[in-house]
Amino acid sequence: MKHLLSVTDLDAAEATALLDTADRLKQALLGREVRKLPTLRGRTVITMFYEDSTRTRVSFEIAGKWMSADTINVSARGSSVSKGESLRDTSLTLSSMGADCVVVRHPASGAAHRIAAWTDRDRAVTGIHTSVVNAGDGTHEHPTQALLDAATLRERLGGIAGRRVGIVGDVLHSRVARSNVFLLATLGAEVVLIAPPTLLPVGVEEWPCRVSAELDAELPALDAVMMLRVQAERMHGAFFPSSREYAIRYGLSPERAALLPDHAIVMHPGPMIRGMEIAPSVADAPSSAILGQVRNGVHVRMAVLYHLLAGASS
Amino acid sequence: MSLVIRNARPYGEEPVDLLVEDGVITEIGAGLAGPEGAEVLDGAGQVLLPGFVDLHTHLREPGGEESETIATGSAAAALGGYTAVFAMPNTDPVADSEVVVEHVRRRGEEVGLVDVHPVGAVTVGLEGQKMAELGTMANSRAQVRMFSDDGRCVHDPVIMRRALEYASALDVVIAQHAEDHRLTVGAQAHEGVVASRLGLTGWPATAEETIVARDCALAREAGAALHICHVSSARTIDVLRLAKEQGVRVTAEVTPHHLLLTDARLTSYDPVNKVNPPLRTAADTEAMRTALAEGLIDVVATDHAPHAAQYKDTEWAAARPGMLGLQTALSVVVHTMVEPGLLDWRGVARVMSERPAEIGNLPDHGRPIAVGEPANLTLVDPDGVWTVRGENLASKASNTPYEGMRLPATVTATILRGRITARNGEVA
Repeated sequence: MKHLLSVTDLDAAEATALLDTADRLKQALLGREVRKLPTLRGRTVITMFYEDSTRTRVSFEIAGKWMSADTINVSARGSSVSKGESLRDTSLTLSSMGADCVVVRHPASGAAHRIAAWTDRDRAVTGIHTSVVNAGDGTHEHPTQALLDAATLRERLGGIAGRRVGIVGDVLHSRVARSNVFLLATLGAEVVLIAPPTLLPVGVEEWPCRVSAELDAELPALDAVMMLRVQAERMHGAFFPSSREYAIRYGLSPERAALLPDHAIVMHPGPMIRGMEIAPSVADAPSSAILGQVRNGVHVRMAVLYHLLAGASS
Repeated sequence: MSLVIRNARPYGEEPVDLLVEDGVITEIGAGLAGPEGAEVLDGAGQVLLPGFVDLHTHLREPGGEESETIATGSAAAALGGYTAVFAMPNTDPVADSEVVVEHVRRRGEEVGLVDVHPVGAVTVGLEGQKMAELGTMANSRAQVRMFSDDGRCVHDPVIMRRALEYASALDVVIAQHAEDHRLTVGAQAHEGVVASRLGLTGWPATAEETIVARDCALAREAGAALHICHVSSARTIDVLRLAKEQGVRVTAEVTPHHLLLTDARLTSYDPVNKVNPPLRTAADTEAMRTALAEGLIDVVATDHAPHAAQYKDTEWAAARPGMLGLQTALSVVVHTMVEPGLLDWRGVARVMSERPAEIGNLPDHGRPIAVGEPANLTLVDPDGVWTVRGENLASKASNTPYEGMRLPATVTATILRGRITARNGEVA
């Protein structure tokens, strides 16, 4: 693995290997007083965030630090980006400083692909190799989120193949949904997208999943339901009439959560808008895997850095 | 000044010799000697066509000289076989007054490689609010015959209606960039399977179709000439068919890239493929080719849109839309239309020279290859094959989507009023 730009970079064996590594790292750290492995000592990981983020940025930083990598955070604000530097120049600058890995979050779909293309082109001249990890690009993908969701499903349901996962809400604008649909399909899960037609992308029928507009009809047969955040600005785009109607039709209320089978889990990539797409009591119930997702995020990102930087896929 | 063209095949038909004197074809026959001291061009049995006319070029001057100038764009035009180009008004300042259009016209004359006809803006500053002084521009030294807010759609139906009505008395054509911008807010790519997977906001084909339908209705009522820029969607063809059957004075162009390229190229996120309207599906390119062959689409226009590297070598969303077109247009037309048998050389002359000259109201271009006609001519080697390299093109920018492609047919000479402007890949 050279870069992690899209979940389609991974076949089932590679994705499973990453999840297995994440499990092993989790076990290795369990109960340790000093949570520090020497694995990536001397390696430099730079996070480059052009969008606000708490969990993803911190999660990558912790993942790097727990493996003794030197992690450095760059955000668009307070950097040369605010002086008008291009994405190409910023990324080549950081790669030239010796970054072994650049973790990038950017509002433009495909930004991580472009950075990988630029650094690969530069590598031909300098010989410096920089791995690029996509930490969320526009409305395209968020591969480590899908991997941590897969880790959580595996942990809580005992497996992924054959399980039915519902993804509810703003699929159109969701990089989480895209990464999950394609990764879960690769791993043999059955995915159902549940959303009003206005929040589904054109051509979604070509994706490896089923589509439904009726949440109540789907819930009793789901092994997991993944709620997507609904961004306030969508209200102005006439995607649905009101937040009230959205909450009534697609929000996961306690009554609706009761339609799920007993073993089913509730997931959310965060940040949650309590009372909109998910009721507080549902988010905090024992069936909720939301904080487990966050915990698994660190181990999955450790596994990704490990596979990229320590050449550990073998 | 005399020129003898030996052994050239007009429209790919029987080889002849032509004598050109003072910019006019004075004799066509076999074994013409010409006067002493006449320049001789060996046609080598190649195809002779009327010089190409491009209704849709961005020369970027004034204001965008880091991407193209009238000099570099004229060179690209001559090398591509063009003898006349229409320069779009989205410059800085905008070509919305006689001052700017006369400047562009004069710069074109000074360079002298191709007739540069400025297109005037329909509205002041391309802002869609207030009609520009169409009559003053039409009667200026620049003799503006086409008006467009290209790059932007004249969106307000009242402004569009008035512009069509007003233009009908001036004998000029309004060229519309058909895009309902309310349907394309934030649009980055053709709305479809590819854009959805890539997370690129979609540009729905309906945004083109609905404006074309509206404007055909407005043009019918006004009795005005309407030209549709860069048709990209198969659905738009159906609207054009209906309008033409009803006698609406509507004409349409397709770009070479919409004849050949599809949104399947977008998966690399390389913005060299970003263009407006966007590359669409294989079904759309197929429909474009058929419509061009049938005449529902009248002409090929390049939408030559140079952008310096800093505007293209960026993330997709930040990149400017547009691609080079002047030097690759003929080859793409040969590849997509001539090789599959959809057009013969007469057809190429029609869509690249004769019809564009009619639409743009240029009496001296797109004329028959006959005695007494102006010698605006292009010599094409139909068996030539070349590999496109952006850095070797004459444009200042090198944003060609055809980089590395091997394409058929080469322009071996371009003749403007009897003077050779380009020969064997070199500006003359």
